[in-house]
Amino acid sequence: MSKEFTDKHVLMVRDLNVRFYTYAGVVHAVSDVSFDVYRNEIVALVGETGSGKTMSTRAITRLIEAPGRIESGLVLFRRRNGSVVNLMKLSDEEIRRIRGDEIAYIFQDPSSALDPLYTIGHHIVETILDHKRVIKRIARETAIKVLKETAIPNPEIRVKSYPHELSGGMRQRSVISMSLVNSPILLIADEPTTNLDVTIQAQILDLLKDLVKKSNMSVILVTHNLGVVAETADRVYVMYAGNIVESAEIQELFEKPLHPYTQMLLRSVPNPLKKIEKLESIPGTVPTLINPPPGCRFHPRCPFAMEICRREKPPLIEAEKNHYVACWLYAKR
Amino acid sequence: MKLIETRDLRVYFRVRGSLTKKVRALDGVNISIENEETFGVVGESGSGKTTLGKTVLGLIKPTKGSVYFEGKDIWRMNKREYREFRRNAQMVFQDPHTSLNPRMTIAEILSEPLRELRIDVGDIGKFLVDQLESVGLGKEFLYRYPHELSGGQKQRVAILRAIMTKPKFIVLDEPTSSLDVSVQAQILELLKDLQRKHRLTYMFISHDISVVKYMSNRIAVMYLGEVIEIADSEELFEKPLHPYTKILISSIPIPDPAVARSKVRLKPIGEPPSPINPPPGCRFHPRCPFAMEICRREKPPLIEAEKNHYVACWLYMNK
Repeated sequence: MSKEFTDKHVLMVRDLNVRFYTYAGVVHAVSDVSFDVYRNEIVALVGETGSGKTMSTRAITRLIEAPGRIESGLVLFRRRNGSVVNLMKLSDEEIRRIRGDEIAYIFQDPSSALDPLYTIGHHIVETILDHKRVIKRIARETAIKVLKETAIPNPEIRVKSYPHELSGGMRQRSVISMSLVNSPILLIADEPTTNLDVTIQAQILDLLKDLVKKSNMSVILVTHNLGVVAETADRVYVMYAGNIVESAEIQELFEKPLHPYTQMLLRSVPNPLKKIEKLESIPGTVPTLINPPPGCRFHPRCPFAMEICRREKPPLIEAEKNHYVACWLYAKR
Repeated sequence: MKLIETRDLRVYFRVRGSLTKKVRALDGVNISIENEETFGVVGESGSGKTTLGKTVLGLIKPTKGSVYFEGKDIWRMNKREYREFRRNAQMVFQDPHTSLNPRMTIAEILSEPLRELRIDVGDIGKFLVDQLESVGLGKEFLYRYPHELSGGQKQRVAILRAIMTKPKFIVLDEPTSSLDVSVQAQILELLKDLQRKHRLTYMFISHDISVVKYMSNRIAVMYLGEVIEIADSEELFEKPLHPYTKILISSIPIPDPAVARSKVRLKPIGEPPSPINPPPGCRFHPRCPFAMEICRREKPPLIEAEKNHYVACWLYMNK
């Protein structure tokens, strides 16, 4: 991982820590997470429930609410005007101006991202007017244009529709239109297709890929679905229990996974094109992050666990070119 | 031998606030499930998969048509036969967080079906511990409440509750959809083990076609309340016949980037229609890239286009 914020960088996150102070104890949701996003690429953050993938992306624009707190971290972002800012140091007002404009989100559940009392058009127009000084009529025209781009049929009629009048797929596409309307530099898509049917999922993923190809945008795709990752991402970060355990380019990761967790995860997904005798399952469950296991957080479930894994946390090292792994099997002791 | 058979099964739901509008959740479904097989049912939301599962278990009374269990119409059984059917046919639901009563301990949850159906197992305590161990849970779980269990553990309890009465047939409705992949694999393997051990017959319902393929011997594809294709699971993937099945299979994300990026994806036209006023003729025709004149007028029957491979599509009718 480079130490410098290069020309290719859109976002650079270093040593991000997010904790939640609950009655049960302190939850170490995100621990020392570092990752990069370059221009015009789709980066996937993949992991299971509670791996910290959503919290890592929310922390980028400081969308962490009490009892959560961003403890530390550096988040450098290249703005539209070319200047580089540390998002952690901006004022609330400054970051609010970036959010929804230069960095946009698509959240998992399209139904709860839309207000049932307002039309789709109203949502989109509001997003435009929040960040740009244009008259309403122009904003409305832009709304229709962006709905058309996300393959919504009859956009002139749909701008007047309320969320309940649309199907799940159309609702999610409206949410995507909303986040795209200000042409963000970075789009954070958090499980954008999780509750959708496969044919609609395929449509949405094609749309995302198309947008990255056509416009000057990068995407962070948060998902637990390895099939979706294989179809869309250029690079992947694998998260486990609040840590990044491996990162590589897409082909490399699927062909040559290094971390035992990644290896087992890949073998636990049924590939419908292959004849599988037995699926591999990872024994045990994801640990609670109130008292995460010492050393490597995967060691209680790892078939290769050694003495050192129980004591010391493995550093993320470059085991092969552009292929990073945090595992004592590969690190020099 | 056939364990379950349905004949022209129809379930219509009234639409609230209307005297005439109906949702045709199932519209003339004919399936048969063989002993000890896993019969997969796939389809998108609103296709009627769950309604089919509930109707073959007698949890929904069909508007028309019949369900046969071991050759007997379940709605014409006498009391004794019906109780025997209830014991023999069980269900596991999608979300273990809501299908287990939060105010009951695991021991209470597991012994409830035994008490309801008056099944004597001798020493109940010992029986429950043996059963828990058979699904990989220890005796310490007996007096825990559902909220103390993880998602995977809860689903193990829900599966165990379904097999407490030694059933022959279990409907598994999206049993792993709310679980993480690593846990999903554990549960799928457990289901396979239990099937071998207790010689169970499964109806496996899911929108995740990869999982259904891994679990099932045969698969039925549903679209808007109708079964449009039935085939052996390998055959269905290698040689799907119905245009909708082809689209469905080409839309599955494949966890292999080399394949995922090179495959040709077929796309349906437009949006899924509402099940309240389904299109006339073949219900898929407005979205079908191969629609012909006849598709708009007449509904295609489910025919055996190839050996053990059934399809309802006019493209295959001349053969």
